[in-house]
Amino acid sequence: MADAQTLHGDRTSALTSPLATAARHSRWLANVTLGLALVALLGLTLEMPALEGVFRAWFPNLARPVYLQESFLNLLLSHLGLVLASSAVALLTGLSLGVFVTRPMGHEFKPLVESLSAMAQTIPPVAVLAIAAPLIGMGAQPAVIALSLYGLFPILQATIAGIESVNPATLDAARGLGMYPRERLWRIELPLALPVVLSGVRTSVTINIGTAAIASAVGAQTLGTPIIIGLAGFNTAYVIQGAIVVGLLAIVVDLLFERLQRHVDRVLGRREGAN
Amino acid sequence: MIEFDNVRKCYNGRAVIDGLSLRLKKGQITVIIGSSGSGKSTTLKMTNRLEDHDGGYIRFAGQEIKSFKVEDLRRRMGYAIQSNGLFPHWTVAENIATVPRLLKWDKARIERRVDELLDMLGLAPAQYRQRLPHQLSGGQQQRVGVARAMAADPEILLMDEPFGALDPVTRAAMQQEVRRIHRLFGKTVLLITHDIDEALYLADHLILMNHGAIEQQGSPMEILRAPRNDFVRDFIGREDIGVKQLALQTVASRMRSGLVDPAAPAISGDLSLKQAMSHFLTLGVEHLNVLDADNAPAGSLLFTDLLTPVGTARNG
Repeated sequence: MADAQTLHGDRTSALTSPLATAARHSRWLANVTLGLALVALLGLTLEMPALEGVFRAWFPNLARPVYLQESFLNLLLSHLGLVLASSAVALLTGLSLGVFVTRPMGHEFKPLVESLSAMAQTIPPVAVLAIAAPLIGMGAQPAVIALSLYGLFPILQATIAGIESVNPATLDAARGLGMYPRERLWRIELPLALPVVLSGVRTSVTINIGTAAIASAVGAQTLGTPIIIGLAGFNTAYVIQGAIVVGLLAIVVDLLFERLQRHVDRVLGRREGAN
Repeated sequence: MIEFDNVRKCYNGRAVIDGLSLRLKKGQITVIIGSSGSGKSTTLKMTNRLEDHDGGYIRFAGQEIKSFKVEDLRRRMGYAIQSNGLFPHWTVAENIATVPRLLKWDKARIERRVDELLDMLGLAPAQYRQRLPHQLSGGQQQRVGVARAMAADPEILLMDEPFGALDPVTRAAMQQEVRRIHRLFGKTVLLITHDIDEALYLADHLILMNHGAIEQQGSPMEILRAPRNDFVRDFIGREDIGVKQLALQTVASRMRSGLVDPAAPAISGDLSLKQAMSHFLTLGVEHLNVLDADNAPAGSLLFTDLLTPVGTARNG
């Protein structure tokens, strides 16, 4: 009968420890993936010309198998600048609109704002660029406008969902204890909505990194430039070089957001299923 | 303390509460009981203006509540609701400090107050201050909810089904807790419940509501002794009325002083007569000795003493 105790003890530890191990495992895996992706991104960005031999062997018919017109570092930086500027606009607009339509005074605008921003997402960014470029001119400006519009929807959607996911009892308590609407928003609603908002920002930024490549079509300098030039000049090697760096950039940023989300969850003390 | 005078409340043009008049006396626990849809929750929410009344007057400290700035009014009234009203991203200490922080108390004073309340509610400050709500049991969360409501020493405590989500054992413990705290501080309390036993146990003044109006009000004993109509009789439980009356009185209140039978079993004088009856039945005796606070036999309770006409005095 003494064994029953041990058996029971083993069973409980067997129930908890694989979960903990699995969590540690996936964190470890995420860290390794992030490290590898980061090294690959930096390596390719800084040392693309060093791969000339590889691309020459791969595409023997091409006279210039590596894109050299502009350094990949410059392309990466201007690409990031474009994404940063447009994501900042999308974040500010999406967050403010999301907060506005979840206030009593903005409530009636919610369907309108939601469908407008959903529409903005269905318009292909190329079309926005095509319309914006003749009006504003070529370059980064029309690109920022197109990307901001495009990145707005996920953030707006997440802001509304995040604020609406706050437990009504929590808000009832906040009201009943005498918090001003402003205090409820900043101390209760936004902090509790943060994890959901953050996942929206993650989607928006990741999409924008890919979409920003298209902005090269209106003359903005991005990692899409080698792709566009490559497509126009039948240089597949350029296309591959641009695409790989854009892809790696998207992966690295996505993994960084994942870490940030984990950190926020920890700080907010929320675990899966708690409260 | 709080006066409702001919109060009306409409939803979509239909009156859900009409002609409601009631008074909450200072230092008393007033319990409003009713089934869902009776208007009891609306009545509580009108008190701190989570809902605004559409007609009549509600006065707090002699003034119509609409003349206060709504946030100021609420900060003067404690508010406790069913669990999950705690802010999940704040620690226990931060939750309790909510209103003192809104009132801009200085840090040291807030800390002292938080520790004092945690102590009072049986949660060791060193152990619980920094916990998050999800790290507490349901009963502990509810304690923190009550502590948060009391933090800024409000003039009245509003409790909206505060123990509705708790299991029966924890619930009973929390009810005793409320009685104890009330004895200590004599706060004015307005509590909403749909549980008749909770209402009878806690109320100094009991208000039974149905369809937005008061069916009957009075002390629990008054209502048990003279239910005004069939609705009230049904609500307080027809068959149990006698037993519930016994539950409201202590053994000490019926004790025959001095009489001690050395052969009889003994019970504490603090028990209710309902509990004494149970002892008579399970032990199969007609005579019980009654112990005083020092556990010394002080007198006796005979089975027939349970039949003595019920007094109006209430001993808790």
